[in-house]
Amino acid sequence: MAFSTTDVLLMTKRNLLRYIRIRELLVFSTIQPVMFVLLFAFVFGGAITTPGVSYIDYLIPGILIQAVVFGSNQTGVGLAEDLSKGMIDRFRSLPMARGAVLAGRTLSDTVRNVFVVLLMLGVGGLIGFRFQNGLPAAVGAIFIAVLFGMAFSWISAALGLFVKDVEAVQTAGFIWVFPIIFASSLYVPVETMPEPLRFFAQLNPITVAVDSVRGLALGAPFSPPIIPALIWGFGIIAIFMPLSIYRYLRISKEIA
Amino acid sequence: MSRENLSEGISVQGVSKSFGSIIALDDVNLEVTKGTVTALLGPNGAGKTTLIRILTTLLFPDSGTAIVSGYDAVRDATRLRSIIGLAGQNAAVDENLTGRENLELVGRLYHVSKSEAKARTNRLLTKFELTEFADRRVKTYSGGMRRRLDLAASLVGNPKILFLDEPTAGLDPRSRLALWSVIKELVEEGVTMLLTTQYLEEADHLADRMVILDHGKVIAEGTSDELKSRVGGGVLELRLGEPRELQTALNAISGLTNGGVQSDGESGVITIPVVDGTSILVSAIRRLDEVGIKVSGIELRKPTLDEAFLSLTGQGRGTDALKEVV
Repeated sequence: MAFSTTDVLLMTKRNLLRYIRIRELLVFSTIQPVMFVLLFAFVFGGAITTPGVSYIDYLIPGILIQAVVFGSNQTGVGLAEDLSKGMIDRFRSLPMARGAVLAGRTLSDTVRNVFVVLLMLGVGGLIGFRFQNGLPAAVGAIFIAVLFGMAFSWISAALGLFVKDVEAVQTAGFIWVFPIIFASSLYVPVETMPEPLRFFAQLNPITVAVDSVRGLALGAPFSPPIIPALIWGFGIIAIFMPLSIYRYLRISKEIA
Repeated sequence: MSRENLSEGISVQGVSKSFGSIIALDDVNLEVTKGTVTALLGPNGAGKTTLIRILTTLLFPDSGTAIVSGYDAVRDATRLRSIIGLAGQNAAVDENLTGRENLELVGRLYHVSKSEAKARTNRLLTKFELTEFADRRVKTYSGGMRRRLDLAASLVGNPKILFLDEPTAGLDPRSRLALWSVIKELVEEGVTMLLTTQYLEEADHLADRMVILDHGKVIAEGTSDELKSRVGGGVLELRLGEPRELQTALNAISGLTNGGVQSDGESGVITIPVVDGTSILVSAIRRLDEVGIKVSGIELRKPTLDEAFLSLTGQGRGTDALKEVV
């Protein structure tokens, strides 16, 4: 495994070049979260009451999580694409580190997530969002968002390697993410939801992540559940990283 | 075949592989001597690609052993990967990178130094006549250029053993010829090669030996001449003066051989595999003469590789239908 770092960095660079060179991919994956910010801040925001803070301050921490979770779908799509084009076969026939293709993929998506998070903070700043809890807490908030992006990238990697078909991965990646994004504290306080849904929303890891980012960004009256958020983030990685690597080492484009 | 040669080549013993209820390979044995080219032939689904995948460590066999250049494809997979090159069925090159970036990336993943990867890349770009397009993205390449780049990528690691899975599938005749000449050069440089193809002409042109797979089993192997002679001594070809008399002619000569007769109603050509050519030729002409059929052409020749292949895999076009008639 002496070469693993080099291999992972080579694969990361290769994947980042894809984002830089396919402009449409970069533009649309950036425009989408910006649209959500503007949509919720100005269309729905007026109708949503949030305790003690403006809706824009309430919303932006949630948008960070939403942007990284939606963006993580690209991990599985990229892997399915590599698989369908025979790239995975080529990489697997090379003497490179066994986990480098997957690690490079999730790492490049994490780099992109950092970029998207900073961009969202920029857009948020323009419409009035401010960190209110000091710099260390702000860095902590960004860390939690990026950690969740990485965790969801590993879920997406496993999905991509099991589903294999590019379009199917694209659709499947959104179908399961939508309910957990909306049935959470991301856009509205969970207290406003009916009983069974509220129960689900409180257990939802997205709620845990959003509450942590929000609490770190805004301070009182929000208290961030940092420990549960870290357990969720690292726990997801601990399960889906080995699962994806296991699958990767056995995968094949076709059988005949 | 000396022991030493064997350990440097490819040795497959009793390899089987199933996918669910589909048996892809059934007790396959295969030897490829160092420095030679072997072609794997067979109809679709015969197991050619599965065998290549096992030898390149992409798949594990259910049973049996596969030794490539002295390394076990399962136990020594990591070390094996550093001495093989694979060009799979589709050109596995990154469309968003340039040709140069593709080759340098693969070179670095073979763990050669940055400068060495650059040097090898330049050499291969020249060899495959891609220098002019080296800094363009692969997205803009033609199918033939992608294949050449893919083949170049499989060579960046200076492999001892090269696996080519249908290297010319889907190429126009000119690109195919260009790729053939590159493959021939590699062979002259001493690379051991196992290639699969559906084109018999390609196998005949490139390979020293051929192995025919059918339904996951090796059904025949040998040089092109050996395979041809396995079909029988030769082929008797009769061209009828009147193609519409074909049925009468077939009835007249029925029983002369043990089947395998092929015919073409349009041209009126009857092809009969024969062992003792001259005596059958005489009897056939006599019988046709008795029913008053004129023969405009007679040829006694060796079978083509196509005829050998069709006869060995039992895939003769219309052969089965004719067997009932003849």
